[in-house]
Amino acid sequence: MTQAAPRVAGGPARSGHSPAEPAPGAGRAALGSVLRMVALVLGAFVFLFPFYYMLVQSLQDESDTSVGGALPIGGWTLDNYSDINSRVDLAGSLVNSGIFTGGVILGTVVFGVLAGYALARLHFRGQGMLFAAMLLVQLVPFQLLMIPLYVMIVRNYGLADSYLGMILPFAINSTAVFIFRQFFLQLPEDLFSAARIDGAGELRILWSIALPLVRPALLTAVLITFIGPWNEFLWPFLITKDTDMQPLAVSLANYLSNVAGRASNPYGAILAGACVLAAPAVALFVAFQRHFTTSDLGSGVKG
Amino acid sequence: MTTTTAPAPAPSREPGRRRSRRTALLGRQPLGIAFAAPYALFLATVFAYPLGLAVWISFHDYFFAAPGATVPRPFVGFDNYVTVLSDADVRQSFVNVGIFLLINVPLTVVLALLLATALNTAIRGRTFFRVSYYVPYITASVAVVAVWLVLFSKDGLVNQLLGALAPDPSWLVNETLAMPLIAVFVTWKQLGLYILLYLAALQNVPKELYESAQVDGATRWQQMRNVTVPGVRPATTLVVILAFITGANLFTEPYLLTGGGGPDGASASPVLVMYQKGIQQGNADVAAAIGVLLVVAVLIVSLVNRRLLERD
Repeated sequence: MTQAAPRVAGGPARSGHSPAEPAPGAGRAALGSVLRMVALVLGAFVFLFPFYYMLVQSLQDESDTSVGGALPIGGWTLDNYSDINSRVDLAGSLVNSGIFTGGVILGTVVFGVLAGYALARLHFRGQGMLFAAMLLVQLVPFQLLMIPLYVMIVRNYGLADSYLGMILPFAINSTAVFIFRQFFLQLPEDLFSAARIDGAGELRILWSIALPLVRPALLTAVLITFIGPWNEFLWPFLITKDTDMQPLAVSLANYLSNVAGRASNPYGAILAGACVLAAPAVALFVAFQRHFTTSDLGSGVKG
Repeated sequence: MTTTTAPAPAPSREPGRRRSRRTALLGRQPLGIAFAAPYALFLATVFAYPLGLAVWISFHDYFFAAPGATVPRPFVGFDNYVTVLSDADVRQSFVNVGIFLLINVPLTVVLALLLATALNTAIRGRTFFRVSYYVPYITASVAVVAVWLVLFSKDGLVNQLLGALAPDPSWLVNETLAMPLIAVFVTWKQLGLYILLYLAALQNVPKELYESAQVDGATRWQQMRNVTVPGVRPATTLVVILAFITGANLFTEPYLLTGGGGPDGASASPVLVMYQKGIQQGNADVAAAIGVLLVVAVLIVSLVNRRLLERD
């Protein structure tokens, strides 16, 4: 009996689950795992196919959107990459993206750890309010704030076309603060009360006890914080008119909106740029996915 | 021995009346205020103040003037809101987002749970699968939009595969298909995060429950329905709320995939309209009104959601 998962064109596959007929235990288990495998493989295929297509088409010299074009034999070229580079200064944009993202990661790591630690292990006035605010921030859409922020940062502070202006609204990632807080909460209380009884000051406790332990959470937080600014399109788009300052996400979007039909394979050029944008993020995650454990998120879903 | 009036019980002796007053005022470790201060300042500047300003703008006749110039910006009460609510474009955008959410949220919950359950078992290549589901999430929308534009273009791969069944006009310029396609796109893109959330929640479902269900003769499907689904209820709430909030605030995808609203505004989202009116046309007051309405709507629905989903 074959169970084929119905393919919705271009959409995620639905795993073809149906109530299993009563069968001897072993048979049922085997069928179950085969089904599962099929579903997972189909799912992975659907998820990865666009990326495969992206890569392949970016290396083609002719735009071929037919089914056969998905599995090209020849026509390989690197022209698309040089094409997009001539339109959009790839290196410069990458550097801008890097500075933007780096600034945010720095701000988050330095101030976020402090805030997360304070929220988790210290008791001070206004603590509850700060925690509530941290949660609330994640609820409100950036777009509501974007106009006042635009007014503030561009007009009042005059920070248009500047790295600081880009970084400011994202300087400390609230999700990361939440992760740090959850992490510090999980550390055993005795560690801290023992140190306090021994007379250690709070700064000392932070420096010698909390910080050395924070590394796993740090990695997760950095990975999460990385995604935001690296892929952020709207805010830098709003405040930069100078194309030299634009991060890659914005430059690419501009190019996309004004698709230049000049290149022989215009889509190829766009996709080449897209590959360049996507590559660092993917590489980073593939390299560190082992550390990106579910345990940090687990505390968030426990209640 | 001094009795402290501190609100929190003090495990260690805190001698001196001065210390206890400070504790009452500032908490046991006032240094925490110093630690948290930069973050608090950041939130106040970048979140609280703009939020207040946005609400203020929505109640005034606001327009961009040269910096430094003082212009009268009279208070206009609810005028902006009335304008917004009677604007057909705005109403259409809310309907569009409704369509989006109707497709995206259930699809996300079902697929994420199914895939997470499948991933939760010991299978070969588990890491590969996990990474592959996560890849769309960490890639910039801008990057993947390009591929989808190509795939779903008039002569794109999908239409070629469909042959005679290919919709005409093609997907993204088709009034009825544009928004659903965007919904599918966003589902695909975000699924990795939700799979991860469900995976985390699945770890907390005790194995014994499955075992006893199996002993009672429950099929895999019944196990799923009676053990898994109730077991991950908090995660489901979280997934629904997160997906809902993300969907309600949709901007990048409609903007990039259908460049400004799509066929007849069929794929415009409220935030897109907000952007068009606020930044492109300079009507910041109307845009702010839309934004405030959106946030209020999201808040209300989130609370209702929460109440519904966590009834016990």
